[in-house]
Amino acid sequence: MSEQSGSRLDPWIDSYAQRAQGLTASAIRALFAVASRPEVVSLAGGMPYVNALDANQFADITARVIREQGNTALQYGSGQGDQKLREQILEITSLVGVHSHPDDIVVTAGSQMGLDLVTKIFCDPGDTVLVESPSYVGALGVFRSYQCNVVHVDMDENGLNPEALRTALAEHKNVKFIYTIPSFHNPAGLTQNQQRREEILLIAKEFGVPILEDDPYGLLGFEGEPPQAIRALDDQSVIYLGSFSKTIASGLRLGWVIAPHGVREKIVLAAEAATLCPSNFVQLTISRYLAEQPWQQQIKVFQELYRERRDALLDSMQALMPAGTTWTIPEGGFYSWVTLPPGLDATSMLPRAVAELVAYVPGTGFYADGQGSQNLRLSYCYPDPDRIREGVRRLAVVLEAEIEVLNTFGPAHPAATPSFFSPRSDTR
Amino acid sequence: MQVVILSGGLSPERDVSLRSGRRLAEALRTSMPDAEITEADVTADTIDVLESLRPDCVIPMIHGSVGEDGSLRCVLEALGIPFVGSSSQASRIAFDKAISSTLLPQANIPRFAALPHSFFKNMGAKSIMAAIIGDLGLPLIVKPLTGGSALGVTRCVVEADVPTALVTAFGYSDTVIIQQVVVGAELALAVVDRGGSPEALPPVEIVPVSGVYDYDARYSAGATEFFVPARLSEAVDAKVKEFALLVHRTLNLRDISRTDVIVDSQDNIWFLEVNVAPGMTETSLVPQAFSAANLEVGEVFAELVNKATRR
Repeated sequence: MSEQSGSRLDPWIDSYAQRAQGLTASAIRALFAVASRPEVVSLAGGMPYVNALDANQFADITARVIREQGNTALQYGSGQGDQKLREQILEITSLVGVHSHPDDIVVTAGSQMGLDLVTKIFCDPGDTVLVESPSYVGALGVFRSYQCNVVHVDMDENGLNPEALRTALAEHKNVKFIYTIPSFHNPAGLTQNQQRREEILLIAKEFGVPILEDDPYGLLGFEGEPPQAIRALDDQSVIYLGSFSKTIASGLRLGWVIAPHGVREKIVLAAEAATLCPSNFVQLTISRYLAEQPWQQQIKVFQELYRERRDALLDSMQALMPAGTTWTIPEGGFYSWVTLPPGLDATSMLPRAVAELVAYVPGTGFYADGQGSQNLRLSYCYPDPDRIREGVRRLAVVLEAEIEVLNTFGPAHPAATPSFFSPRSDTR
Repeated sequence: MQVVILSGGLSPERDVSLRSGRRLAEALRTSMPDAEITEADVTADTIDVLESLRPDCVIPMIHGSVGEDGSLRCVLEALGIPFVGSSSQASRIAFDKAISSTLLPQANIPRFAALPHSFFKNMGAKSIMAAIIGDLGLPLIVKPLTGGSALGVTRCVVEADVPTALVTAFGYSDTVIIQQVVVGAELALAVVDRGGSPEALPPVEIVPVSGVYDYDARYSAGATEFFVPARLSEAVDAKVKEFALLVHRTLNLRDISRTDVIVDSQDNIWFLEVNVAPGMTETSLVPQAFSAANLEVGEVFAELVNKATRR
């Protein structure tokens, strides 16, 4: 064979930054392409049920925004976000005990952008971020893109485990922040009780490490008052991320960061560098919606709808899941975290599930270190209860088939059941 | 003229198929400006849609089982709708390696066993695995019988890798292939028949950066280095092209095919498989062979469409 150079079909392949190295195609993504087909019951994506909104109402609001405030709506705006909207955001956050000043708020293109900005201003490559075990896949993607060292900290039935947090903080010297989703966790479906929140805050303050509190689901509890945010306990040690994605509509792409003064200043500058300003049109639309519509009533509609769906999921899992399967019981939000019988691998099971026309997210996506093969996340937010029941029925068939294959060949992987969910899980 | 490109489907290769279909549609809209080019997913309504549209020609761009095992083509034949590519019968034979390899007695074929899960279950997996590993040696390849894009494929280096690999492969198919590993240059050999006689295009040599031509290496630009034409002597180049034509002719393939082979250090050609609906994405192999032969994807398929409508 002669020496010659070949083509890698991308002339810039050697020019990319180190942080782009992991951005490749994946077989899991390929399988999700099938999950978008209507035949498939998707228990995978956390898509809010926006069909529950009155679309005509939004059509009317957006039309009036353009007609009456067109010059502002179609123009650049403040990098920090619309003043009136920031005041309205505080009405929302007061429901979770966060009483701040509008100047402490930065409006972002979804809380995902807030997550990105906070990581951008805090983390150099190699800096450590502590996250729950498991953690939100979108956050892990941000931390990876800034080349952070992600350290998972164990959870128990009340969420982030204080002792494990203390140990991690003692072991890792360059921790930039503790990322936590205290209410209706994605993907674990767990919620920190008030005592737990206080313990975590105390430990964070003891080590002088800020908390990045991600709270997109806080108002979507199924019983009682919303859990009070950690930020409600301390406005100097906690950076708070909020979102309209789950309480109004994810397609509007609007969220916010509430941060201590110095942090907020840097976030505003970083936000301006990234996008100049959030969309004025969307901000004015949401502002009108909040001013004119019974938004708290709409949240109640969502709560009831998601509670009914959660019940459909849990009841059918209770009836159909094979022995050895456990799951968390969410008291709000969108997700239940399932632990498969020992030996089953949720990633290698996914093609069989897709062939049976049901989809979920394998647990490995929620870890930065390869854990989670025995877990999967089920979302109950989008399909209606009947579809959820059908999805669980199909999933049970998949599990039974996979157990049969596993019994033929022996365990595919050593059993690694995380024990911390057991106390709150149903087991058959 | 109305041309329908069928892409998508419900197989794990849906995304690849959609990308192939989209790229082909764009190319055809340029090369056949007067034709109406429609992209259609394969759903429960597909037959009704085709019957109502009555297109002049269909291009099945569905990868994996339904698209390549003859099922879809069988329906197109039943509807009397011309289509680009091999007949249902030829596709069925080409798709089943256990059958197609017996029709290629001249070829070196890596030794393999194709076994359903029920066989392992009923006959005792441990003893079957031991016998096969003893016979084929290690390393070996475990892959689903149906499917493509290297989904569910594992290279097993030690015996302990095999059970996990089998569980993974059975996730994609009820039957798996356990195959001897052949070391050498991996080549894709495209054959196209534009109306005269089948012509073999320049071989595409595949050198994955990671060493494994898995799904990521196939569909992430930059993850694989391609040599087109392959780094072969003139004599071996001619030999592999002749082999590709032999496969195309022997299996009665039509219009377009892609034969995957390995050429070992003694220049022996090892047949891996043949595809009747090769991918047409940005990183796919056949479009690279077209380029090396100074052929445009759109122009080639325009000729294949015209040829199909005259059949």
